[in-house]
Amino acid sequence: MTAATPNRAPVELPVSDFAIPGMRCAGCISKLESGLALRPGIVNARVNFTAKRISVTHLPEMTMPQLLEAISGIGFEAFAISESSGDSDNHEAKRLLKAMAVAGFAMMNIMLLSVSVWSGAGGVTRDLFHWLSALIALPTLAYSGQPFFRSAWSALRKGRTNMDVPISIGVTITTALSLYETFTHGPHAYFDGVVMLLFFLLTGRWLDAVMRDRARDGVSALLKQTSAGAMVLQPGSKTAWFDAKALKPNMVMLVAAGERLAADGMVTEGVSSFDLSLLTGETTAQSVVVGSIVHAGTLNLDAPVHVRVTAAGADTAIADIARLMEQASQGKSLYVRVADRAARLYAPAVHILAALSFLGWMVAGAGWHESLLVAVAVLIITCPCALGLAVPAAQIVVAGALMRAGILVKDGSALERLAEVDLAMFDKTGTLTMGRPTPINLADANGEQKQVLLALARASRHPLSEGIRRALETEGVAAAKIDQVREVAGAGVFATANGRAVSLGRPNTEISHEALASELQIQGKPSFAVHFSDQMRPQAAATLVELQSLGLASSIISGDRAVSVAPIAHALGITAQTSMLPQEKLDAIARQKAAGHKVLMVGDGLNDGPALAAGYASIAPASASDAGQNAADVVFMGDALTPVATAIRAARRTQHIVRQNFILAIGYNVLAVPLAIAGYVTPLIAAAAMSGSSLVVVANALRLKNAAK
Amino acid sequence: MTGLALLIPIALGLGLLGLAGFFWSIKNGQFDDADGAALRILIDEEDEL
Repeated sequence: MTAATPNRAPVELPVSDFAIPGMRCAGCISKLESGLALRPGIVNARVNFTAKRISVTHLPEMTMPQLLEAISGIGFEAFAISESSGDSDNHEAKRLLKAMAVAGFAMMNIMLLSVSVWSGAGGVTRDLFHWLSALIALPTLAYSGQPFFRSAWSALRKGRTNMDVPISIGVTITTALSLYETFTHGPHAYFDGVVMLLFFLLTGRWLDAVMRDRARDGVSALLKQTSAGAMVLQPGSKTAWFDAKALKPNMVMLVAAGERLAADGMVTEGVSSFDLSLLTGETTAQSVVVGSIVHAGTLNLDAPVHVRVTAAGADTAIADIARLMEQASQGKSLYVRVADRAARLYAPAVHILAALSFLGWMVAGAGWHESLLVAVAVLIITCPCALGLAVPAAQIVVAGALMRAGILVKDGSALERLAEVDLAMFDKTGTLTMGRPTPINLADANGEQKQVLLALARASRHPLSEGIRRALETEGVAAAKIDQVREVAGAGVFATANGRAVSLGRPNTEISHEALASELQIQGKPSFAVHFSDQMRPQAAATLVELQSLGLASSIISGDRAVSVAPIAHALGITAQTSMLPQEKLDAIARQKAAGHKVLMVGDGLNDGPALAAGYASIAPASASDAGQNAADVVFMGDALTPVATAIRAARRTQHIVRQNFILAIGYNVLAVPLAIAGYVTPLIAAAAMSGSSLVVVANALRLKNAAK
Repeated sequence: MTGLALLIPIALGLGLLGLAGFFWSIKNGQFDDADGAALRILIDEEDEL
C-alpha cells in the first residue's frame, strides 16, 4: 500500500500538518484517513477532529502543493499550518493537568486519612496518619506547587507581587507548621487543607489554559496563510517558487488570476484588475496596466501579469501595517485581569488579618505555638481558593457556550474587556458587508443553468466563480457533469456538458461599466448574465439596534470612498468616516479613548489590523484576513452580524456572574473568619468551608451555560 | 491495626495505579482529540477483501 519497503532502516518520515475547516462528521474522518493513505507518497494520515487538523506522514519527496492537491482530491479544502504555531502553550495546559491530577490524587488519599482523624482516631493511630499524610503531601507540594512557587519567585525578583505570592507564603507556612505538629504529636495537621487548596487553584489555572488553547486552535484552523510566496521568472524562461521571505527587489513574479501578491511591485506585462479591499477596504476593483504600482496582499482578479518586485519583506506596505499593529497592541498588555485586581486588594487584607490574629493572641498571653496555629487557620480559611476558581470557571463555561454558537473568544481577558466597551466602530467592507461579490439574480436562472453554472464555477478560482459556487452550494444544487474543462485567463472557463459547449466568463455584451457581472453561455440556448454586488451582512441593522439598546453607539470607519460607504451608512442610520488610512483609523480610536470611551473595534481587513489591536476590545469575522484574526479578541463564524451583540451580552453576563462569585467566595470567608480568629477552626471546618465555597462558585458559573442563545 | 497495615497500602496503591494510568493516557495522546474519539465509534471499518 505504501512505498516504504519493509527492510529499509527506519527513517524519520516528514509529517505535515493541515487545517481542514470543512471537517464536520465521522464520515469526513474516515474519508480523509483512508483516502489519503491510498495515495502514492503518503504513508499515513491522522485526523484531530477537535482541532480540525490532519497530520500527514509522507515521503520526503512530496511537496506542499502535491499534498494540498491530494487532500483537495478527496474533496476538502486544506490549509498548511506552519509547525511553529506555538505548541508551548499546549504543553502548559498539559503540565497543569498533570499537576492537578497529582494534587487530586493526594487530596483524596489525605482526606481518607483525615476523616479517620476527625472521627476521633487518637494516639499512635493519629500520629501514624499524620505521618502518612505528610509523606503524601510533601512530594505533592514539590510537584504540584511548582507553577505557583515559580511565578511568585519571578514576581518577587522583579520587586513586584502577584496572586501567587500570598498562595506560596500560605502554603509554605501551613506545611511547615503541620510538620511541626506531626513531630510533636499535635492534634491538628493541615496537610489536607494545603493539598486541597492546590487542587482547586490548579483546576482554575488549567481551565484558563484550556480555554486559550481551544480558541487558538479554532483560529489557527481559520488562517488562510495567503501569499506565502510567488512564482518567479528565472533566466532561460524557467520559473521557480520563492518563499515570500526570499523575494528580492527586481525579481519578476508571475501572478496568476486569483493569486495574492507576496511583495510590492510594478506591473511589467499584462493587463488586469486588482482587488485592494484587504489592504484599503475599497470595493471597486482597480484596473492595472504596464507601469502600475501594486502592493503586497492585493488580489489579482482577471489575467496573469508579470510584476517586478520593488520592495519585499520588511519594506512592503503590509509590513508597515504589521509594525503599526505591534505598536498598537502594547496598550492591551497593560490591562489587569479582574482576578488580579481582586487579589491586589484581597491578598494584603488576608496577610494583615493573619498577622493581627497572631499578635492579638500573643498579647492575650497565648504561647507562640498556639498563636501561630490560629494565624495559619486564618490563612487557610481566607485563602483565595474560591477566588482562583471564580473567574476561570465562569469564563470557560461562557466560552464553551459561545463556541457552540460559532464565536471564538481568544482568552479570558478578552471577555472581561468586551464587557466594558461603550462605543462600537465598524469597518465597512467585509465587516458590515460580506466583503465578497455575491450573485444577486441567481433565482432567475433555470435548473439546467444552475447545474452547469455550479460545475463551471467549481473549476475556477476567480472570486466571482467563488461567489456563484458558494451561493449554489448552499442552495443544494447538484453540479452538472462537464469535461474538457479549460480556464482561459481573463476570458473565463470553457467546457462541454452533454456534448454542448458551455462557458462562464466575461460578458460579451457590455452591461454596465461599474457593475460586476459574468455570463453563462450554453450552446444553442440564450445566455444568462449573473450580476454581483457586495451585499450587507444579514442582521446588520438589527444588530446595530441591539448594540444601541446595550448602550453602545456605533459608527463606521472605512478605507473605502464616500460614494460606496454612503448607501450603507444611510441604510443603517449611523455616521461614517471614509477614505481612512490605517494610521487614521488608529488616530480615530485614540481620540475616542482620550475622550474616556472604551472602543470596540469590529473589522476584518489588513488595513483594520492596527485598529483591531488598538481597540479596547475587538471582533473580526472568520472571513477576515489572517492579520485581522490574529489581532482580534473574538472571531465569529458565519455571515450574520448578530454574534457581535451576542458576544457583548454574554461577556456582560459573565462579569455579572463573576461578581456574584466573588461575593459568594468572600461571604463564606466573612462567616468563617471570626471563628478562625477566635481559635475555633479545626482542619475539618477549614476543609468544609474551602470545598463548600468552591462548589458554590462552580455551580453558579454553570448558570452561564446558555448565555449565548 | 493489622487490618490498617494491609488496607492503607492497598488504598494508596490503587490510587497510584489510577494516577499512573492517567499519566500514561495523557502521554499517549488520548486526550488530544476528545471530539474525534466520540465520532470515530461511528466509522464502519471496511474489511479489505
